[in-house]
Amino acid sequence: MILIPLFGVIILNLVFAANEKTRKAAFWFALVIFILQIAAVIFHHPVLRNNSLEQIDSFFKVSFFVDHLTFIMFICIGMVSIASLFVARYTMPNDDSRFKFKNLLILASLGMSGIVMVKDLFSLYVFMEITAVSSFLLIAYPKNLDALEGSFKYLILSSVATVLMLTSVGLLFIVAGSTSFSDIALAIANSRSSTLVVLAMGLFICGLFVKGGLVPFHGWLPDAYTAAPAPVSVLLAGVVTKAAGIYTLIRIVTSLFPFDQPINNVIMLIGTISIFVGALAAIGQDNFKRMLAYSSISQMGYILLGLGAGTPLGIVGAVFHLFNHSVFKSLLFVNSAAVEKETGTCDMNKMGGIAQKMPVTGATSIIAFLSTCGIPPLSGFWSKVIIVIALWQASQYTYAALAILASIITVAYFLSMQRRVFFGKLKNGFENLKDADTGVITVSIILAAITVGAGIFFPFVYNVFISPVKELLIR
Amino acid sequence: MNIDLVILILTTLAAIWTVMGRSLLKAAIGLAITSALISVMIFRMNSPLAAVFELSVCAGLITAIFVSTISMTKPLTHKEVLQVSKDRMKRYIYLPVILAIVGAVLIALKLKQDFTIAPLAVAQPDVQTVLWDFRRLDVIGQVIILIAGALGIVILFEEKKTK
Amino acid sequence: MIGFFIVLLLICGAYCLVVTRSMIRAVVGIELLIKAVTLLIILAGQLTGRTALAQSIAITIIIIEVVIAATAAGIALSVFRHTNSLDVRNLRNLKG
Repeated sequence: MILIPLFGVIILNLVFAANEKTRKAAFWFALVIFILQIAAVIFHHPVLRNNSLEQIDSFFKVSFFVDHLTFIMFICIGMVSIASLFVARYTMPNDDSRFKFKNLLILASLGMSGIVMVKDLFSLYVFMEITAVSSFLLIAYPKNLDALEGSFKYLILSSVATVLMLTSVGLLFIVAGSTSFSDIALAIANSRSSTLVVLAMGLFICGLFVKGGLVPFHGWLPDAYTAAPAPVSVLLAGVVTKAAGIYTLIRIVTSLFPFDQPINNVIMLIGTISIFVGALAAIGQDNFKRMLAYSSISQMGYILLGLGAGTPLGIVGAVFHLFNHSVFKSLLFVNSAAVEKETGTCDMNKMGGIAQKMPVTGATSIIAFLSTCGIPPLSGFWSKVIIVIALWQASQYTYAALAILASIITVAYFLSMQRRVFFGKLKNGFENLKDADTGVITVSIILAAITVGAGIFFPFVYNVFISPVKELLIR
Repeated sequence: MNIDLVILILTTLAAIWTVMGRSLLKAAIGLAITSALISVMIFRMNSPLAAVFELSVCAGLITAIFVSTISMTKPLTHKEVLQVSKDRMKRYIYLPVILAIVGAVLIALKLKQDFTIAPLAVAQPDVQTVLWDFRRLDVIGQVIILIAGALGIVILFEEKKTK
Repeated sequence: MIGFFIVLLLICGAYCLVVTRSMIRAVVGIELLIKAVTLLIILAGQLTGRTALAQSIAITIIIIEVVIAATAAGIALSVFRHTNSLDVRNLRNLKG
């Protein structure tokens, strides 16, 4: 998973850079890599666990940590990278600049694959930095002032998060003597109430909150998502924030830190605040992408609520919502890229009635937003219901009620967005709109199909999400 | 212990000078001096390889990056410098004050050591290179991030072709 | 005792980052923070006796620090080429 993209980048640069024509082939190469990643998960996963992992282990001299949660993340990473690749092909006509972009994209997905696979706190940090640096460069890629501003803010805040996490690693190193998960878990279990350990845990979780874009550390997120070029927004919203922030939080909280009341309360509190701040801020937005950014903050809050409930059902809900959010938020950003490319603007006040000219985009975004709001039988409904039930079972009645209340706000802002952008009277000057490129339409349809499919076939899909939770909590 | 204390105080003073120095160039030089002092401190803590690395890379390479960036960005004119430095002193004067307060608080707190330090390693691998075998994943990660950095420099430092 | 000075260094770096108006000085602040953390890691290595592991961690951190510094300097330079100034207050364009 890491080796293949790495060699891919090296080959890409050495071989393909020479010839002008082969730069076009780089697109198919990258596509093949990502499809390989997804295929490896779906078809080979029992094999992958036992056999080939041994060989890779001996090359790396370190063992990887591949369990079902990792597989889910691999699917997410592969899927969103493919979507991003197609959108990049659509919005960046210049072949030359797209070549470097593809390199960075592969590097970013490499970093994220690394994050979900490691078993050691410091290696986690290294791969998180790889992902972060690739993201800075991807966001700053078009080099216009807005993109540079978003990238710089993300850089500063991400580095602050880095410092917090490294301080925590240093403090835990004093206590544990090494940085691998098992040693640290042992050490924390031994000395749970000392101030140093509590401080270290708190710092690490705060660093993760910054990386995941949760309130009150979300300052970089709207700017970065809005200013980034379209394919990068897809990548960021779909998987970077999730892999770096939320996935790590789930892994750390369940495997490392003692998973009991104080931590749960903090997580649920931050989750609820994120839901409301995100939802309320999204209502007043005029910029399409900025509204989607605040909506992302809101949905992350839901995942945190599920995690904080503390019950296995809660974690199932959280993981499922993570997967769903990956799918439908990428879909929404892909559609926004199509709209932005065709109409030339992101300002929702200037848009109207686009659905008549871009039927596929309009239809798929309806599916996406219905899933976000939690309308049955789409997948979003199931994940939200599970989270609410888990909260109810854990006697957190207020949080459950707040979650349901926030769903109503979600419906409100999405409905207004849909009405403004896609329905209504067709504004002047939009008569010549045609729908997006074939590649992008295919991606939209596939993502929408996954959303619908995961919802309708939910009883069958349920087992896929139960297994990671079982493994996580057995430890 | 005394030498350590002197070096640490010098490091803190160098850091304060870096923050409060008027021009960006003084900040860059101050960063280099702070790096050098920290490298000495690391050396005294039985980590020679890291000290050499810190000295050569941080006091060398990063200073070169900063100085080249500063030279490529135009400095302010003399009038603007005067005006900027007058109201920046108002903001920056708080730093020694804050440091003194925090220092006093920390000393007065007398923090207890209620955590158990990990037991000293018995069979310690003696040479650095042996340890790279245990941490090969990190080395690969470093190679990857250097590739990303190289790509980044190519992208960002490229002169605009139509000027 | 060394830990005490590490905290002081962290505060210096954080103060520099928060109060500054120039982009390059913000990067200097981040660098100071990372150096303080490097010192903390080496200290941890010395306290537990595992100096080799601490050194390899510190070397990795230093390499990553260089890449971040280069990227940040590159972004600052590109902003300068656009607006002819390095003032952080110029970066208030994206509102909301």
